[in-house]
Amino acid sequence: MCETCGCGDPEVVPVEIQESLLSENDRQAQHNREHFEGHGVLAINLMGSPGSGKTAVLEATAKAQDGKGRLCALSGDLATDNDAARLEASGIPSLSITTGSACHLDARLVHRALHDLDWHDREMVFIENVGNLVCPAIYDLGQAVNVVALAVTEGEDKPLKYPVMFRKADLVLLTKVDLLPHLPQVNVEVIEDALARTMPEPNVIQVSAVTGEGIDQWLAWLEQLKGAAVPAAT
Amino acid sequence: MHEYSIVQALLERVQAEVDARNATAVHGLRVKIGELSGVEIDLLQSAYELFSERSICDGAKLEIVPVAARWTCPNCERTMRRGEILRCPDCSLPAQLIEGSEIVLDRLEMEVA
Repeated sequence: MCETCGCGDPEVVPVEIQESLLSENDRQAQHNREHFEGHGVLAINLMGSPGSGKTAVLEATAKAQDGKGRLCALSGDLATDNDAARLEASGIPSLSITTGSACHLDARLVHRALHDLDWHDREMVFIENVGNLVCPAIYDLGQAVNVVALAVTEGEDKPLKYPVMFRKADLVLLTKVDLLPHLPQVNVEVIEDALARTMPEPNVIQVSAVTGEGIDQWLAWLEQLKGAAVPAAT
Repeated sequence: MHEYSIVQALLERVQAEVDARNATAVHGLRVKIGELSGVEIDLLQSAYELFSERSICDGAKLEIVPVAARWTCPNCERTMRRGEILRCPDCSLPAQLIEGSEIVLDRLEMEVA
C-alpha cells in the first residue's frame, strides 16, 4: 500500500540488486572446479574459431604422448559428433556435447556430460568448446586454464577484433605454423603485437599438428600446470 | 547469440526477486554491460523485447548502461590508452582490467501492494 497517504494504490519501489547475471553459471562452474581439483585432474577449456585446429592439436598431443598421457575430452559441437570421434580414434576417450543452436558450452552442460565420461582417473580433461571466438569466452566451465587456438591463416588482427576471447586466454596456441612459408603476407610479430594489446600477459606457443613443431613446448606447459591449480582469468 | 541466455538469466533473477518481495509488477530494470563482457547491447535489447513478453517483465523498460573498458597499472594506477600495449611502460607490470567486464543486474523498480 502507498505509505504516503494510505490510499491503497500500489507503490513503486526501487530495489538495488547489483548481481552478476552469470552468477548461476558461476556457481555451477565452481562446483565443477571443485570436482576437478578434488580428483587432481587438470581441466583445460580449449577455445577458438571453427577450423582453427583445436581437434588437430589434441590429436597431435595424444600422438606425442604415445597413449601415456591419460587424457580425456569433452567436445562441444553444434550438430555432429565428428570431433569426439576423431579424438577417440587418436586414443583420447571422448564424449560429444551436441549443443544444437547454442553457440557455447556452459557449466551446466559440462557438468551433465561429466556424468557420462570416465574422467576421474585421468590426468587432464580437455573441454573443446564450440568453434566460436565470442560466446564461449563468457562462460566459466570450472576449468583451470583457458587456451585459445589461433591459426596463422585467420588474419593478423584477429586478437584486436575479438578482445573478449583473448583477454581471458592463459595461453594462445598459434596453430598451422607449417603454412607460414606459403603465407608471405602473414607476419607473426604483428600477431604477437595484437595479442600484447588484448592480453595483459601474452603467452604464445607456435605449433603445427602436421609437423609436430611446438608440441613438446605445449606438453611442457601443461606439465608444469599439473598439480598446481591455476585459477582461470576472470 | 548468448544474449538470449543472458536475458533468460535476467528474467529468472527478476522473477525470484518478485517472489521474494511479493511484488505485483515490474516497471523497470537497469543492467550494466561492460565493453569487454562479450555482450552486444543491441542484441540484448532485442532479445529482451522478444523474451520478456510472456514474463513478469512484460512492458517493463530495460535500461542498459554501457561501461567502457579501463585497464590500469596495479602499482602506479596509470590508465592505459585505448589500443595500447597492456603493460605499464613505467612499472613493467601487466595491466589489470578495473571495469568493463560486467554483466550485472543493477536495479529494479517493482510495484508492491
